[in-house]
Amino acid sequence: MGRKVLKYLLEKEFKQNLRNPIMLPLIIVLPLIQLVVLPFAATYEIRNVEMVIVDNDHSAFSRDLEQKIASSGYFRTRYHAPTYQEALSYIEKGDAAVVLEIPQHFENDLGDGRSAQVFLSVDAVDGTQASIVEAYLNGVIQDYAARTLREEALQSQVEVRNRKLPSRIQATAQMRFNPFLDYQTYMVPGILAMLLTLVGGILAALNISGERELGTLEQINVSPVRKSDYLLGKLIPFWIMGLLITLIGLGIAWLLYGLTPRGSLPTLLLFATIYNIGFTGFGLFLSSVSKSQQQAMFVAFFFLLIFFLMGGLFTPVSSMPHWAQYIVYLNPTWYLIDAMRLIILKGSGFAQLLDQFYAILSFAVFFNFLALITFRKTAK
Amino acid sequence: MSDYSVSARDLSKKFGHGHHAVQAVDGVSFDVKKGELFGLIGPDGAGKTTLFRLLTSLMIPDSGTAVVEGFDTVKDYRQIRRIIGYMPGRFSLYQDLSVEENLKFFATLFGSTVAKSYDSIKPIYRYLEPFKKRMAGKLSGGMKQKLALCCALVHAPKVLFLDEPTTGVDPVSRKEFWEMLGTLQEQGISIVASTPYMNEAVRCHRIAFVQNGKVSECDTPENIRRRFPHAILAVKSRDTFTLLQDLRKFPGAHSCYSFGNYQHLYLHSGGGAGDAADRLRAYLEDKGHHDISIQPMEASIEDCFMLRMSKEGGRYGDV
Ligand SMILES: Nc1ncnc2c1ncn2[C@@H]1O[C@H](COP(=O)(O)OP(=O)(O)O)[C@@H](O)[C@H]1O
Ligand SMILES: [Mg+2]
Repeated sequence: MGRKVLKYLLEKEFKQNLRNPIMLPLIIVLPLIQLVVLPFAATYEIRNVEMVIVDNDHSAFSRDLEQKIASSGYFRTRYHAPTYQEALSYIEKGDAAVVLEIPQHFENDLGDGRSAQVFLSVDAVDGTQASIVEAYLNGVIQDYAARTLREEALQSQVEVRNRKLPSRIQATAQMRFNPFLDYQTYMVPGILAMLLTLVGGILAALNISGERELGTLEQINVSPVRKSDYLLGKLIPFWIMGLLITLIGLGIAWLLYGLTPRGSLPTLLLFATIYNIGFTGFGLFLSSVSKSQQQAMFVAFFFLLIFFLMGGLFTPVSSMPHWAQYIVYLNPTWYLIDAMRLIILKGSGFAQLLDQFYAILSFAVFFNFLALITFRKTAK
Repeated sequence: MSDYSVSARDLSKKFGHGHHAVQAVDGVSFDVKKGELFGLIGPDGAGKTTLFRLLTSLMIPDSGTAVVEGFDTVKDYRQIRRIIGYMPGRFSLYQDLSVEENLKFFATLFGSTVAKSYDSIKPIYRYLEPFKKRMAGKLSGGMKQKLALCCALVHAPKVLFLDEPTTGVDPVSRKEFWEMLGTLQEQGISIVASTPYMNEAVRCHRIAFVQNGKVSECDTPENIRRRFPHAILAVKSRDTFTLLQDLRKFPGAHSCYSFGNYQHLYLHSGGGAGDAADRLRAYLEDKGHHDISIQPMEASIEDCFMLRMSKEGGRYGDV
């Protein structure tokens, strides 16, 4: 009997979801809008950032590096300053935003096969912008290092060190992987993660609590249907919706930004699936413990906001205060955003994503277990 | 097996703790015979819905037991869920599924099919069949009520629990509905229905009053009316408000309640109603009332209920 009931439970959920006038717009328009608007709303693209260079080495290598940075198009070397102190005065006047200091012995260090350092100070209004400037510059420098040093057959490397600006916002964050140096594509994986969170968390939270308000839940409870069948009947449609929204989102990202995942699509969908099942469990748990749909909605929003804000989507985790960073480790959304970025932008394989995988899996198991034990057909 | 379809013994259920605790069901015992149409009559908050939840195995009682068709509601809830039909307070239907789909859904939940139970739901379903493709949300109140009843019946249950099935439905549909229940009962289904409308009590074989979580006077409406201990005078005059005040002060008055345009005066036992009517007329004229009408009358279920309420000190007490 179980299988037949489940089949009809699913049939019913699909009918209802397809008839729900907001469902189709939600699945197509929501990803579209998020993917179009959010990256632009948060454009941090770097062009012609004014830079001051303090070259203490005056060597062929240091000039070469300057050349490279200038020709990247992202930075413009406005000034040369003899000392760091003087360089700071340009920043204070607002004439430049970045100081790059090449220390003495830069060439020697590289020639001797040691790692050479450059110091970077970024004047940034906020941590995110600073981290982007850093990421760009880092990219250019590493690019320079890789090519030049290979040509010269040197076993050295260039290390970019951040230096704190006096009484200014310190920029310490580093973007991890964005080989395109393009903020739009950087946002896309995070937005996909956000969509999955919304579909699972909010829709699921509304669902059972809605049936409770309607009274149909009592009818179901008084029937011989097994609660695992009932919950599966709820979970599977949200899971399919989550996959759909991910695929649609990827399609839109491809159309708008020409972005295709570097890593494998099955791996990406596996992460999306487990995460989505986890959040559906979370939503089902919330709706089975709340008294009304409104209550379920509020609590779901409260948690989702925290998950988003502490998920590294808008603010890099490393620029959060220390205590907050610990919370991030408990945040499933952070793991998913991280995994999505690694898969889509960097092309990481499953083997490199085990940490994220286990974190998301534990979360999914935990919340579905909670949903199963808190959903009761008989009240105490 | 006993002759009873439903037996409740000392059922109790409390919500909350300390100051905020509500004793929703308080030591309730009653029996419903097989094939009987049993009514639970009581105002809002009396504990009817909670009682239904206990009887349908949706809620575990704090103490006491309930047995439905020989199955204990706590131990044998699995068996119970196969043989009962329940229509919760507000008709719970999926507004965005059609009449047909709602039926099919509830049939499947109980492991049955619409075709298998077609005969038992036919007396009601025939009203709905012309609209079977219509979304439940687009039906009238009376139609929704019929569909909800069909959904509760679609697995051919032995016992039907109906929680305020006529609340919020037009009078014509209400009448029709009770007639349908009569048909079902003739087919041998035991029915327990609650209602806040006392005029519906006479449609039941036996009724029980529910008040403050307690159940009293399980008997036929006829017997309950016959046991009413007071003679009743229905009184009307031009000034309704002072009339009630004056009637309560009338020597020989036990109590007095408003029933629409009439005040029902319950007299202390001893002394015929006819004799009292004359004394009352003189008393009221003396108080300056005009257009006085006084008629002796038989007790109705409403009278029994009002009296019951006042004894219990419920919120319907001295109005
Ligand atoms: N789940 C609950 N939690 C707390 N109090 C409840 C709950 N259900 C009912 N009550 C209270 O129990 C009393 C009886 O309620 P109920 O059984 O719904 O009465 P009725 O159906 O006759 O209107 C009311 O005072 C109500 O507020
Ligand atoms: Mg009720």
